[in-house]
Amino acid sequence: MEMNTEMLDTPAVETITAEDSVDPKPVLMLAEFETADLLLVAAAQVRDQGFRLWDCHTPYPVHGLDGAMAIRPTLLPWIVLGGGALGFCGGMLMQGWMNAVDYPFLVSGKPFWSIPASIPVGFEMTILFAAIGSFFGMLLLNGLPRLYRPHFRSDRFRRATSDRFFISIDGRDRRFDVESNARLLGELGATAVEVIEE
Amino acid sequence: MKELLDKLGPILRPEFTGNAESPEIDNTAYSPDNRTPLLTGSDDNTTISDKVCQIVEQKPTIGWWMFFLLSFSVLGLLGVFVPFLIFWGVGTWGVNNPVGWGYAIVNFVFWIGIGHAGTLISAILFLFRQKWRTSINRAAEAMTIFAVICAGLFPGIHVGRAWFAYWMFPIPNQMELWPNFRSPLLWDVFAVGTYFTVSLMFWYMGMMPDLATLRDRAKHPLRKVVYGILAMGWTGSHRHWHVYERAYLLLAALATPLVLSVHSVVSFDFAVSQVAGWHSTIFPPYFVAGAIFSGFAMVMTLLVPARQFFGLKDVITLKHLENMNKIIMLTGMIVGYSYAQEFFIAWYSGVNVEKFAFINRAFGQYAWAYWIMVSCNVLSPQIFWFKKMRTSLVVMFIVSILVNIGMWFERFVIVVTSLANDYTPSAWDYYTPKLTDVAIMLGSFGLFFTLFALFCRFMPFVAMTELRGVLAAATHSTSTAPDDTSGKPAAGS
Repeated sequence: MEMNTEMLDTPAVETITAEDSVDPKPVLMLAEFETADLLLVAAAQVRDQGFRLWDCHTPYPVHGLDGAMAIRPTLLPWIVLGGGALGFCGGMLMQGWMNAVDYPFLVSGKPFWSIPASIPVGFEMTILFAAIGSFFGMLLLNGLPRLYRPHFRSDRFRRATSDRFFISIDGRDRRFDVESNARLLGELGATAVEVIEE
Repeated sequence: MKELLDKLGPILRPEFTGNAESPEIDNTAYSPDNRTPLLTGSDDNTTISDKVCQIVEQKPTIGWWMFFLLSFSVLGLLGVFVPFLIFWGVGTWGVNNPVGWGYAIVNFVFWIGIGHAGTLISAILFLFRQKWRTSINRAAEAMTIFAVICAGLFPGIHVGRAWFAYWMFPIPNQMELWPNFRSPLLWDVFAVGTYFTVSLMFWYMGMMPDLATLRDRAKHPLRKVVYGILAMGWTGSHRHWHVYERAYLLLAALATPLVLSVHSVVSFDFAVSQVAGWHSTIFPPYFVAGAIFSGFAMVMTLLVPARQFFGLKDVITLKHLENMNKIIMLTGMIVGYSYAQEFFIAWYSGVNVEKFAFINRAFGQYAWAYWIMVSCNVLSPQIFWFKKMRTSLVVMFIVSILVNIGMWFERFVIVVTSLANDYTPSAWDYYTPKLTDVAIMLGSFGLFFTLFALFCRFMPFVAMTELRGVLAAATHSTSTAPDDTSGKPAAGS
């Protein structure tokens, strides 16, 4: 990699511009780190600089980043709880309404509706809806599926799902500035800094 | 034999780069102050991706094609005999008047049971923080999904008029009649349906980051598109990981009671009835233990060849296999205890029909099936008391096959012996399967192995993401203080 002689520890900034773009503007800055240790230290610094629209990208969940990025606890458990409650109540009501209200029919003299006989289905419905809440709640809170992101323009970023660690800063962040941000990330140990323009 | 394998090896197996061809290392020694490593190779984040992804990225070998085509042709039996069955009706089965439940129910319970090991590995071992699960959980979860698909086939076709199978679901039909929720058979529909849905979501969610790895490594445009869609735009964002990890934990916590409930509900199909030999409170735990037992045996049957074939000897190590053998031995003994307990309760109940049912099982017209079951399930895993045996690939593979056979016969013994000789001796009969029964059973194995072959070929066989986490944790314990929050990859360690 070519080094800027004036900033010894700052890597050169590579710019990737979308080919179909008429008026290219920087939308994203990516900084690559070799190890999770470097990333953790860097993330804490970026947090302290007051950035808001930024993120870390790691090939596995790096523990300690929650704090280093000041991520607040997720809402997800409440969605799961809601799903479970919905599933249980829905399951119990469904059984009672179908077998005792809408079309009561007598089988082996059993009561039309009773709690013990309704437990298995009620339980399964609880699990089913809670799990659906967990899976789809995760997708919803993460804004997935989202097949295109500016990150994917970078070839280097492909290693974020394998063996490299990245910090990304969104172009809409108030503190976004190509030069000063690149210097900051370089000082924090980034091996490469890229700017995506669209 | 060995020479033949050496000669055939390069033709059948894929060629691997890097340190995929590492030798077998015995990491089964136990020492509390010096934990043996979970991965015996010198892998770091980079080589783990290479190792797992090249299984998918390489051209399929002759060995894979042979396995796939063999499985696929056995699957063809389903294609022939299921339409035949639907056209002619269940009279083409060997079921007769007292024995109304034959191979269909036996196979259903067998396949559902197989699935349980996958969920145990993926959910219960996750909650117990058993890190060794990470090498095997993906393949075991895939096995769960495929086993439940095989199981789901049987209720669909054994209802007789398969085109009315949707009456099992609470959806409005032309008679405005709802399903009967007071029947365990309907509980089963909900239990198995929930089990399949939750297992699928759990499996898929665990795979998303790995699919993103495949997407990012893909060269072919079609691969890029397909894995791109499957990965849903995953970028490894930590804000996403944060929610993802919580969702994964919650799914594991939900799947744990679920897996215990599924085989319990399956056992209710029997236990809630009035048939001697079925009407027993021991059934739920006994069925769950048996399910885990048979499932682990199937995991072993699949993984022992797969780790050799795909060069994963240092990822799925002897330690992993030994741990599974220990679980097989434990659950095998629980099953053996249940067999004994059934006899005790039958005697202790003082009910003549119960007593007869069990003496008849062991010494009646199906005694041969009963003793196959006992020798395969209770006796064969006892060999694992010897460490040499539970670390021998040949022995564990043979035992896993025996356990599969034994557990299939367990379901056969439970279903058939109790029905063939029930309360009225004048109604007794002997059940013999016909060609259709056997063909559909074999076909379900074909379906299972076909799906597994496709999974090996197109999906990440090992949870790379979780292995990277294990690698990071391994460097923690040796090179950094425990309160250090860093997650350094294990390069060069």
